Amino acid sequence: MSKSNFTRRGLLKTSAVTGAGLALPTIFTAQSAHAFTNEPTGGTVTLGFNVPQTGPYADEGADELRAYQLAVEHLNGGGDGGMMNTFSSKALQGNGILGKKVEFVTGDTQTKSDAARASAKSMIEKDGAIMITGGSSSGVAVAVQALCQEAGVIFMAGLTHSNDTTGKDRKANGFRHFFNSYMSGAALAPVLAGAYGKDRKAYHLTADYNWGYTTEEAVKASTEAMGWETVAAVKTPLTQTDFSSYIAPVLQSGADTLVLNHYGGNMVNSLTNAVQFGLRDKQVNGKDFQIIVPLYSRLMAKGAGANVKGIFGSTNWHWSLTDEGSKAFVKSFGTKYGFPPSQAAHTTYVQTLLYADAVERAGSFAPCAVAEALEDYEFDGLGNGKTLYRGADHQCFKDVLVVKGKENPSSEFDLLEIVEVTPVEQVMYQPDHPQMGGAEASLGSCNNGA
Amino acid sequence: MEAIILQILNGLDKGSAYALIALGLTLIFGTLGVVNFAHGALFMIGAFCAVTLSRILTLSYTVVDETKTDFLGNPAKVDVPYVYDLFGQATGDAIIDWAVPLSILFAIPVMMVIGFVMERGLIKHFYTRPHADQILVTFGLAIVLQEVIKYFYGANPIPTPAPQAFTGSFDFGAALGFDPNLIIYPYWRIIYFVFAAIIIGAVFAFLQFTTFGMVVRAGMADRETVGLLGINIDRRFTIMFGLAAAVAGLAGVMYTPINSPNYHMGMDFLVLSFVVVVVGGMGSLPGAVLAGFLLGILESFASMREVLAVLPGLNQIIIYLVAIIILLTRPRGLMGRKGVMEE
Repeated sequence: MSKSNFTRRGLLKTSAVTGAGLALPTIFTAQSAHAFTNEPTGGTVTLGFNVPQTGPYADEGADELRAYQLAVEHLNGGGDGGMMNTFSSKALQGNGILGKKVEFVTGDTQTKSDAARASAKSMIEKDGAIMITGGSSSGVAVAVQALCQEAGVIFMAGLTHSNDTTGKDRKANGFRHFFNSYMSGAALAPVLAGAYGKDRKAYHLTADYNWGYTTEEAVKASTEAMGWETVAAVKTPLTQTDFSSYIAPVLQSGADTLVLNHYGGNMVNSLTNAVQFGLRDKQVNGKDFQIIVPLYSRLMAKGAGANVKGIFGSTNWHWSLTDEGSKAFVKSFGTKYGFPPSQAAHTTYVQTLLYADAVERAGSFAPCAVAEALEDYEFDGLGNGKTLYRGADHQCFKDVLVVKGKENPSSEFDLLEIVEVTPVEQVMYQPDHPQMGGAEASLGSCNNGA
Repeated sequence: MEAIILQILNGLDKGSAYALIALGLTLIFGTLGVVNFAHGALFMIGAFCAVTLSRILTLSYTVVDETKTDFLGNPAKVDVPYVYDLFGQATGDAIIDWAVPLSILFAIPVMMVIGFVMERGLIKHFYTRPHADQILVTFGLAIVLQEVIKYFYGANPIPTPAPQAFTGSFDFGAALGFDPNLIIYPYWRIIYFVFAAIIIGAVFAFLQFTTFGMVVRAGMADRETVGLLGINIDRRFTIMFGLAAAVAGLAGVMYTPINSPNYHMGMDFLVLSFVVVVVGGMGSLPGAVLAGFLLGILESFASMREVLAVLPGLNQIIIYLVAIIILLTRPRGLMGRKGVMEE
């Protein structure tokens, strides 16, 4: 009979020591070799494209993804180079980013904050994405931006229009090229006053979520400043599909203008319903009844069909712009895919180039170095004229397009016409503007992660 | 007063859609005993029958027009629909304009076939399984159908307008002696209500006044005894499934000009339609119709600005609130029969 030396306590001690010993090298290497999250070590660098691939904004997401693929192709030296040729910065050479070949992974946001966070987290932790970009909703942008801040990666927002993204929810690691509700209101109001007069009674229907509130607030403030009166502002559930019970009482209220603070399917349905109700054929207070859609998207205008004709709105970019940057992008995108890009495609393409350029200029992928390179950076040639990436809130400031549904479209893409290019000075605001979270709004400090 | 009339009108057309879907649901539940969660998808497929027919009618060949340029500056390609060649431009335009009403004729056979295939291919295997299994399999089927539609038609809504003759709205206010513009109502929604009333009347007449209907009603009351009499009740029930699919499909076809169809429109209606069925009384056809209109009108009233000012958010919960009250006071629903879903 042999005697065993194994005891429970001994086994535990040995395991603990062995475990600590095995873990020791990785603890040190993690600290020493990686100065920031997902620091690229090989010959490639991975970007994470987080777009809605399923759900109601899947078509917009698909267009974003096309633009991202085009941007990656151009960064790696493929294709005709697109807007890299017209970009005022010449740091990008078509040899990847800092000489590393650009690769990408994609995630599906489903236009749900939790799903978007989960896919971004997976791209950061499993795929080693150095930067996350994309999205087609402000709820998603705010959620993913916060996640990227915690994880220590840069977030380059896609299509997000709520003031909050770079207002009260701004983050040091997050950047937005797309315009916002405040800018839409500020650009639209003078055009509306010019077209429809300063004596108007407006009735707002507002999607009952974050973006709807900030858009209503912005349009109300800027139109009231022009002399308009707001008769009523009614919240509509995001899941609403038939807006008849909200639209029917509009005429009874004495309003002569209807503002639809709706986006996506909501916008398509509410506008279609309003036109069906014959609102635009009516005369109220001795004036023709008018409808306004503060945020336009060509993909959505397509859904609303002929109902958009003559209706004013604003947009971040439109393929019919004739500056060199826009022309180069439309040519590149149109040749590759056979149709012109949407504003979602434009902003995501530009964000990818801006990120890559910032890395080149900083000479590092470290998020804080990239953020510093982007802050207060002025550039041109990317389709919106002279643009400033303001350091105080990480919001791009550029001209805003006021558009109108085209009366006689020549093709299925030719749905909007540019009425006015509102100069950037007119849509500028202070970083502590009350609509942007006031004095309490803060970027916090930059996070390199790791 | 005007506001009340307006909301009743609003409720009637919303109620028409609920009633048509709930009618189909109840037909299937009453005859086959199956809780069909794919019924909303049938409504959606009906709407896409209209989209499909209008695409077929606008099938085109391209001609290069040297006088115009496309967005890249190349000579523009202009689409010429084949119907122009067949009937001339004026008649061709008229046919394309009337795509939605024409889709009724297209949707009936398509929906019947889809109904038969669904019933024979999948649902009949679940007759003897618990309701939970039926709900799971039909819900899964609904998601599959949704994704198939999204694959072919995309995620964005597709505008499918009513014929030019029916655009615009009727001024009820002026007709009733109120001030003009106070009570206006779109022509197409009036047509939708009348259409729903005709379909509902036709289904009731079919069940009430034909021998086939009599057998089906007997089967709904006591399936076993009818079977013992040597009648092939299963075959009739399959036909009823096809009929219910066609009713849902037609509701979808006619709904397309009201809201541009997209792939998840069925789901938007499904849950509400189930509430309608439960409130109306499981298995009761008149109950489904009554509850459809009742809940449609209540939902409209709850969306009034004056009501929302007092009770914010009421519009989102009114239907469920009423359902709870009715089920607490009348556990079988408004017109439910004893013994249904109670064994």
